[in-house]
Amino acid sequence: MNYSQAIKMSIKSIMGNKMRSLLTMLGIIIGVAAVIIMISLVQGSTKSILSRLESMGTNMISVTLTGQKSNKVLTMKEMQALVDKNPSLLSAVAPTINSNVTIKVGTENAKTSLIGTNDAYSTILNTKVQAGGRFMSAMDVQERRNVAMIGSYIAKLTYPDTSPIGKEIKIEGQIFTIIGILEVKSTSTAGSTDDRVMIPYTTATRLIKNSSVRSFSFQAYNTEVSDKTLAVLNTYLKKELKSEDAYRVFNQADLLETVSEMTGVMTAMLGGIAGISLLVGGIGIMNIMLVSVTERTREIGIRKAIGARRKSILIQFLIESIVVSCMGGIIGVIVGMLGTWGIGNLIKISATPSFGTILLAGGFSIAVGVFFGLYPANKASKLNPIEALRFE
Amino acid sequence: MIKIENMHKVYSMGDNDVRALNGVSLHIKPNEFIAIVGPSGSGKSTLMNMIGCLDAPTSGKYYIDNMEVSTLKDDALADIRNKKIGFIFQGFNLLNKLTAIENVELPLIYRGISKSERYRLSQLALDRVGLGDRTHHRPNELSGGQQQRVAIARALSTSPPIILADEPTGALDSKSGTEIMKMLHEIHEAGNTIVLITHDNDIAKQADRIVRMHDGEIVFDSEVEAR
Repeated sequence: MNYSQAIKMSIKSIMGNKMRSLLTMLGIIIGVAAVIIMISLVQGSTKSILSRLESMGTNMISVTLTGQKSNKVLTMKEMQALVDKNPSLLSAVAPTINSNVTIKVGTENAKTSLIGTNDAYSTILNTKVQAGGRFMSAMDVQERRNVAMIGSYIAKLTYPDTSPIGKEIKIEGQIFTIIGILEVKSTSTAGSTDDRVMIPYTTATRLIKNSSVRSFSFQAYNTEVSDKTLAVLNTYLKKELKSEDAYRVFNQADLLETVSEMTGVMTAMLGGIAGISLLVGGIGIMNIMLVSVTERTREIGIRKAIGARRKSILIQFLIESIVVSCMGGIIGVIVGMLGTWGIGNLIKISATPSFGTILLAGGFSIAVGVFFGLYPANKASKLNPIEALRFE
Repeated sequence: MIKIENMHKVYSMGDNDVRALNGVSLHIKPNEFIAIVGPSGSGKSTLMNMIGCLDAPTSGKYYIDNMEVSTLKDDALADIRNKKIGFIFQGFNLLNKLTAIENVELPLIYRGISKSERYRLSQLALDRVGLGDRTHHRPNELSGGQQQRVAIARALSTSPPIILADEPTGALDSKSGTEIMKMLHEIHEAGNTIVLITHDNDIAKQADRIVRMHDGEIVFDSEVEAR
C-alpha cells in the first residue's frame, strides 16, 4: 500500500467525523498558536528593549557618586584629566546633573526634568538634535552660556505653531535661548524621555542651588577594551574616594548582555509552558485514536482478512493521527500569526513570528502526532483478525 | 491444492483446554466444491479460520499449493490471504464508509496494484456479479443480496484460486440465497476451488463433496463413503 493512498484514506475518515476531528485538533491548534504567540511577543519586546538600550549608547560606562563614606567630591576637571591620561581606553566623558525645574514661555508654565551636561553627551549617549538646530558646543559649556536644547514634547508644548529655534524659554526664572530640539526618543508625551530640557552643566550648577555633578558617563575607546577600562576606572575611583561604597560603576555592555540573557530565559520558559499545552493536545489525539481503533475493530479485522499486513494498518492509523496533527498545526500557525499581530497591536509591541518559531511549532506538532499516534496505531496493527472480525 | 495433516488446535480457557480441532486431516483438490458442515461447537469455524490462514494451528501441517503455511508469521499469512483466498462472510463484512467499487478495490490496494488497473479489475468483478451499475452506491444503499454480491466481487477481484464462503446465505432471504448459491456454482465452473462452511444440509447438498465435523473431528466425508 502506498502513502498517498493512505493519506487519502485518512482524510476520508477525518472528514467522516468532522466534529470529533475538529475537537481533537483544537488541542494542537491552541498549543501551536500559544507557542508562536508567546515566543513572538517575548522576542518582539526583547528587540524593542535592546534597541532602546542601544540608542542610549553601547560603549558607555557610567559612574555615579553615591556620597556615602567619603567627603571627597570628584569634579569634571579630574574626570577629564583621567580621560586625557588614558587615550587608548577612554575617549570622552560627559557629566550629568539631574534636576526638576519649572519652565515658562509667555504665560505657559510647566514642570519638566533638566539635564546639565556638556558637548560630549551627544556622542556618548547617542543623543542628537533635529535638523535646523545644533547641540551645545564646548564654548557654550566653557562660557556658561544660557542656551538650552528641548525635548520634542516641550517643543510641542511651548511653541506649537512655529519653530522654537532661536526663541526664548525661562528655566527657573532665567532666560535661555533655544538652540536645538532633541530627536524623538520615545512617545513625545508628558513624563517620557522627550519631556526634558538640556543645558550646559556649568550653567546648571549656578542655576540650581547645592548642585554638583554626581554622575559621569564615560565612553570606552571601543567594546574590546571595556573590561580593562572598567578596571582602570575602579582602581582610580577607589584610590580617590577610599571606599567602594562611595561610587557605583555601571557598564552598558554588561546590561545589554544581561537583558539578552534574561529574555532568552523568558522565551524558553514561556515557550516551554506553551509547549506543555501542545503535549496535552497530543494526549487528546492519542485518546481519540484509541477510541477510533476500538470503534473500527471490525474494519481492521476485514482489512486484515483480505490481506492487509501489520505495517499497512500501522501506517493507516499513524498517518491519520499525523494528518490530524498537521492540519491542527497549520490552523495553529495561522491562528498564532493572527494572534501575535492582534495581541502585539493591543499591547503595543511590534512582534512578527519568525520563520524559526513557526518551523519549531509546526515541527513539534508533527512530532506530537507521530509520538502519540504510535501507540494506538501499533495496537490496531496487532489485533487478531479473527477476534476483530467477531467484534460487534 | 489444500492439504491438512493431523491438525490440532487447542484454546486454553482459564484452567481447562478446549480442543477445537483434534487431529483433522483433509485434502482438497483443485476445482473441488466442498461443503464443511456441522453443528456449532463442532470445530467447523476453527477449521475455516485455519483454511483461511486467519489463525495458526497448535500442531499439524497445512499446505497450500505444496507450500507449508502452518509455520508462517502474521505478515506472510496476510500475503497468502491476499493472493490465494477470497473470503465471503455471513455478515458481508463490507466497509460502510466506502462505495461498492472502493470495497472491491481494497484487496487490490494491499496487493500494490496501480490505480487504473485496480479500477479496471474492480469494475470487471462488479460486472461479473451483475452490479456494474451500482459501483458508487454505499453498502447501506444496497439490499442484503446485493451487498453479498459486492462481497463476492471483492473476493473475486484478486482472482484467488480458493473461495472461502462462511455461511454465505445465512443472513439472506431464500431468493437471494438461491442467487448467491447460483453465483458460487458459476465461480466453481470458472475453475475456482470453493470451500463452503454451513450448518444447512440443503445448502451443503449442492456441493460435490460434504465433510461433516463433530467435536473437532471429521466424522463423515462423502468421498470416503463413495469409495
